[in-house]
Amino acid sequence: MIEEISARFPYWAIAVLLVVGLYGMMGKRSLVKQVIGLSIFQSAIILFFISGSLLEGATIPILYSVHGEGHANPDDFVNPLPHVLMLTAIVVGVAIIGVALSFLVSIYREFGTLDERELLDDVRE
Amino acid sequence: MDPQPQLPVFIVGAPLLFSVIVPVLGRIWRHSAFLLALATVAVAAVASALSLELVLRKEPFSYHLGGWAPPVGIEYVIDEVSAFVCVVITSVSFLVLVSTRRWAEREAGDRPGVFYGLVLLLLAGLTGIVVTGDLFNLFVFLEIASLAAYALVFIGGRKAMLAGFRYLIIGSIGGALYLLGVGFIYFATGTLNMIEARELLEGTPSTRAAQVGAVFIFAGLGLKMALVPMHLWLPDAYEHAPSSVNSLIAPVMTKVAAYAMLRMFLSVFPAGFLSGTVPIADALLILGLIGIVFGSVAAAGQSDIRRMLAYSSISQLAFIAVGIGLGSPLALAAALLHVANHAAMKATLFLAAASVRLRVGLQRTHNLAGLGPRMPLTMGAFAIGSVAMIGIPPTAGFFSKWYMAQAGVDEGQWVVVAVVLFSSLLTAVYLFKVLEQVYLRPAKPEPSAHGDDERDASADAAPRPELAMRPVVERAREAPFDVWLPLVVLAAATVVLGVINVVIMDHVLLPGVS
Repeated sequence: MIEEISARFPYWAIAVLLVVGLYGMMGKRSLVKQVIGLSIFQSAIILFFISGSLLEGATIPILYSVHGEGHANPDDFVNPLPHVLMLTAIVVGVAIIGVALSFLVSIYREFGTLDERELLDDVRE
Repeated sequence: MDPQPQLPVFIVGAPLLFSVIVPVLGRIWRHSAFLLALATVAVAAVASALSLELVLRKEPFSYHLGGWAPPVGIEYVIDEVSAFVCVVITSVSFLVLVSTRRWAEREAGDRPGVFYGLVLLLLAGLTGIVVTGDLFNLFVFLEIASLAAYALVFIGGRKAMLAGFRYLIIGSIGGALYLLGVGFIYFATGTLNMIEARELLEGTPSTRAAQVGAVFIFAGLGLKMALVPMHLWLPDAYEHAPSSVNSLIAPVMTKVAAYAMLRMFLSVFPAGFLSGTVPIADALLILGLIGIVFGSVAAAGQSDIRRMLAYSSISQLAFIAVGIGLGSPLALAAALLHVANHAAMKATLFLAAASVRLRVGLQRTHNLAGLGPRMPLTMGAFAIGSVAMIGIPPTAGFFSKWYMAQAGVDEGQWVVVAVVLFSSLLTAVYLFKVLEQVYLRPAKPEPSAHGDDERDASADAAPRPELAMRPVVERAREAPFDVWLPLVVLAAATVVLGVINVVIMDHVLLPGVS
């Protein structure tokens, strides 16, 4: 079990983060904590993409002069595509968190609380 | 080399560009917001229609964004199916925008530019999902559309705030799960292009990574399309959303998520991949069958007309999921036909509800007694929409159900036939309940009998002072011209779609899915 975990450490760490994020979103009464949970959930996925792009002994994907050396060996470089994708995903994530936080500001101004149970009671009245 | 047809970029690009321009111009001249937004949607609709015509005349084509060919660049795939769904989305949105202008003026407050900017952003996201041929690009468009939808739901008042926040959390989980699935597919195949991924998945024995990816993708899209048991966000969001918004997102938003799921079956995962070790097709079929019955039963128990329609949406989306789960070309074509039919039917019903709310201000079905003769066009359109939902020929709803039942027989899945018929009965129960109140019951004499129905104070149900003492329903007049005309057009469209369904099936959908 322990060997299994240490052999695939990034995956287990990501799985734990996903569960923590999900718990934050589903199990917490405070809307702020739910947004924090969402952020953790998204970060776990970003880490997943980055960890998947890594290669043992590879370096950053910047080609120096290769005149006369033929083609560069792709195994020498980290796969850059997931990093590019994650830049976009981070922007998407920032947009979502930004919208969520602006929702929270509006909700707090309207209700004076961010506790989900109090909010639901408030609405039912 | 021929220059590539530039049409697809207008379908997505026009709404995307003007979603930024409209808020700015809307600040300078308020009335420009609506007109510009309408013009933009018209441009997208015309571009979609021309693309469909081009596909039918020649062959499906792909548009390389910025001139970069895949797999380096992003491609937009315009085939029969995507062009058809684009036409449906843009034309339904156009009619809805016209019809809900009065609501938008009231609900968007002093910033109509921002409201219409969000509407255009929503449309850009939805059409982007439909035409893109790239898995990651689909995620980006999915989140663009969702973010616009969250914000639009949120502006509907106190209850809508909570519903909108819940929608945001659950919708973002859906998007994140989809992205996780795309990650697995990418690491299993090394590509993000749908067609290429399919070739690579077909060539190799299916790995565990690809299967896990498929599960995450379907869980994520299932959340977005409100597949039972992942539907909990939908009724609140649809009920409390502003009237100008729910008639827009109910017909198109979840339908596009359903389309994305269908696209996964058509373009990404090879046949057999999803019914082998990971029986996703069977799971969709079973959840769909449960969802059809659950949605109809829950709808029958609602007294608020918008909430009833929301549960009915869950049932109809489950119907589309059943089509995807069956997986035969006929079933997929039936599911796609239902995407179009349901967009027209649900837009009709939600717009009729919004029109009633505009004139009477009430939403509980039992308070609408006697409204039929007062608002003949609105309620007539509602009746046609209801008949189509139940599936009585020659309206559109009948034919998608007919093809689905036929596909069920072909596949030997008799339970599909039984559930489709049974759901028609249940649909009849909850929609006839409304029609009975509206046409057969006399208006309630006491306005105080409205119970817990919060009467919208802004409704204009008192045209002449001498009528002020009479029940609110009897005071109601027909909705204004620009509200009922799109409504009648949509109701007519449900009949026309039914009449020409053979043409659509034979020339557009069946070639598109085979």
